Amino acid sequence: MFKIVRRQEMAKGTVILNEIEAPLIARKAKPGQFVILKANEEGERIPLTMAESDSQKGTITVIYMVVGKSTALFRDLKVGDGYQDVIGPLGRPTHVEKVGHVLCVGGGTGVAVLHPITRAMKEAGNHVTCIIGARNKELLILEEQMKAASHDLRVCTDDGSYGHHGFVTDVVKQVLAQGPVQQAVAIGPVPMMKAVTTITKAANVPTLVSLNPIMIDGTGMCGGCRVTVGGKTKFACVDGPEFDGHQVNFDELNLRLKAYCAEEKNCYEGYCRLGQ
Amino acid sequence: MSEKKEKTGRVPMPEQDPQVRRRNFQEVPTGYTPAMAQEEAARCVQCKKPGCVEGCPVSVDIPGFINLVNKGDFTAAIRHIWSMNALPAVCGRVCPQEIQCEGKCILNKKGAAVAIGNLERFCADYEREHGTGALPPKAASTGKRIAVVGSGPSGLTVAGDLIQKGHSVTIMEAFHKPGGVLVYGIPEFRLPKAIVAQEVNFLERLGVKVECNAVVGRTVSLDELFEQGYDAIYLGVGAGLPSFMNIPGENLIGILSANEYLTRANLMKAYKFPEVDTPIPLGKNVVVLGAGNVAMDSARTAMRLGADSVRIVYRRSRDEMPARAAEIHHAGEEGIEFMLLTAPTRYLGDQSGRLTGMECLKMELGEPDASGRRRPIPIKGSEFEIQCDLVVVAVGSGANPLLTQSTPDLKLNKWGYIQADLETGKTSKRGVWAGGDIVTGAATVILAMGAGRAAANSIHKYLTWGW
Ligand SMILES: Cc1cc2nc3c(=O)[nH]c(=O)nc-3n(C[C@H](O)[C@H](O)[C@H](O)COP(=O)(O)OP(=O)(O)OC[C@H]3O[C@@H](n4cnc5c(N)ncnc54)[C@H](O)[C@@H]3O)c2cc1C
Ligand code: SF4
Ligand code: FES
Repeated sequence: MFKIVRRQEMAKGTVILNEIEAPLIARKAKPGQFVILKANEEGERIPLTMAESDSQKGTITVIYMVVGKSTALFRDLKVGDGYQDVIGPLGRPTHVEKVGHVLCVGGGTGVAVLHPITRAMKEAGNHVTCIIGARNKELLILEEQMKAASHDLRVCTDDGSYGHHGFVTDVVKQVLAQGPVQQAVAIGPVPMMKAVTTITKAANVPTLVSLNPIMIDGTGMCGGCRVTVGGKTKFACVDGPEFDGHQVNFDELNLRLKAYCAEEKNCYEGYCRLGQ
Repeated sequence: MSEKKEKTGRVPMPEQDPQVRRRNFQEVPTGYTPAMAQEEAARCVQCKKPGCVEGCPVSVDIPGFINLVNKGDFTAAIRHIWSMNALPAVCGRVCPQEIQCEGKCILNKKGAAVAIGNLERFCADYEREHGTGALPPKAASTGKRIAVVGSGPSGLTVAGDLIQKGHSVTIMEAFHKPGGVLVYGIPEFRLPKAIVAQEVNFLERLGVKVECNAVVGRTVSLDELFEQGYDAIYLGVGAGLPSFMNIPGENLIGILSANEYLTRANLMKAYKFPEVDTPIPLGKNVVVLGAGNVAMDSARTAMRLGADSVRIVYRRSRDEMPARAAEIHHAGEEGIEFMLLTAPTRYLGDQSGRLTGMECLKMELGEPDASGRRRPIPIKGSEFEIQCDLVVVAVGSGANPLLTQSTPDLKLNKWGYIQADLETGKTSKRGVWAGGDIVTGAATVILAMGAGRAAANSIHKYLTWGW
């Protein structure tokens, strides 16, 4: 069992942080890599990109949004409980180098994934501008940490309850207009990544995105995670999860993410009824 | 139940009725009774130069064990098999006997071979149900440590052999459950998972440590394993890279590799959804591409999940189908249709990215190709469409590069498989052996086990006398 040593509700009931004992994974994990978690015997294998890893303490941290039966099951795990299985670190780490001015854009729980990458970009000597957004103030996470990890943090909410009223894309345009950017990183919901990369493509700024297709094994043996990048099929779990955002077919990814929508809805509603 | 004897004199193994079993996941053949086994064993003429033994890749003394079955000494019979084959309950069920042991049986000339696979299975099942579970003797501890990477049939064989020789053995498996293809690929109705679990448990009782969730190459590298004090490493990581057709529309929802489809169904038990949390697409009109064991397993799984129609689409003819004869026969009985000499050219989908059909082309057979099989040639202008909402692609697999890429000093062949000495399993990296599908390409359970046994002997020599 992989014990949960710390749990935090970053947004009540919907955005949850788990710090998990997994010394072997923590020893190896690098920014951008993910793990696969399975809560119990009947559980599904769910990939989550790590928000943090601490090789000293032997722990890794994941932050997730409760969206279905499996994440609802995760939410109900308390400190001292554990995951039956945690597998990783999987995927290629982020390529971090000093390029000059880096723009990091995060939406929703994507901010959690963006955090270690942002920090690494800053540590590599880059000037880092960061834009984070959420639907509303409640759902905004890691503001303090992102401030510390970057040189310049801008915040937006879709409903205007905090920071700039509007989407991260508005602010991306502003930042790009203010001066040259050598590299962008955009992580969040698919429509957000698509919108950001459309803007950065026009501005000719190379942009990394981190993709989250449906996965099973995470080791390249099933092909369930395939995505189209530059017209070629790639397996996100081994060739990614990060790709050149200007080459990714986001529309296909968005459709493929809905493959089990009907099944998941039934399963989740069943679970919620049980809980009542 | 009194089953009629096959015309050939062979005692048939009782089976679930096709109309019933096509909708359930219980095992299809239900096994011999002791009386049936003895009756079948009595058919063996005890050849002086037995062809069956030559036909068996691991040279099980077949007349020897059959003689013991004939006498009713099932306990001795299974021990006789074990001396050459550690997993008879598995092999009896999944070996392609018709081209191995049974293919070489002299009685083929007089009707039908002795049912060697059935008898092997019977002995193993009898022992499992009636045996004492006593462990075989173990040599004194040597203090040497071996890491076995991958828990498929080849890794399990290496682990079993080396632990009995007194070494300490740890199996590292990427998945959360051990067994390799035996648990994630081959379905419950052909190989009950309880049997695999029991084989693994047997190794654990002998002292083998099984570490799941260990992706070697990611969680830990080979060099780190040596640093941790392992004296030798065996790589039995299988051929886990799915092949696709590379035709337009392949990423539509409803097109899955057989690896994904079967992993969902078998390892994740998605056929019990929503009792378990992993879903699986329920196709109404299912097409399976390919005609090997993997294709048959996929097609029969789809039927059991309630499909209205399941079609095998294969570009060659019936004679070239690589699956075991029994699987093709069982699939046919269960209502799987065979669209032979047919190849897909593109997939058709709707606005929401879901599969709705497939365009195919008719083929004819030309001259034999490199594989010795007649080459399928497309017939011009023969395109036609079929409707389907689920396609399972079972056209083969390749070498998964995850481990080998992280180990640059391991020599590979041009297809990415590990180069290993065929006699010993030694690789180009000192202290590292490899065998099974990752060396030969996708093959069979028994060949993977044979490679495992050879490597275990070589590892034992190395640990005793050096590289
Ligand atoms: C659906 C299906 C049906 C089949 N039917 C038959 C049949 O009827 N008869 C027959 O003889 N053969 C059959 N085969 C073929 C047979 O199963 C294989 O040839 C055999 O299992 C190969 O054994 P192996 O030990 O080499 O590898 P596998 O059984 O593939 O096991 C490899 C194991 O290694 C693990 N692994 C991979 N990479 C790593 C890593 N980096 N770190 C840790 N672990 C890792 C994998 O998760 C897996 O568990 C079938 C195959 C399939 C897929
Ligand atoms: S191991 Fe396979 S080939 Fe050998 S005797 Fe048994 S069934 Fe036949
Ligand atoms: S998750 Fe199976 S190949 Fe990527």
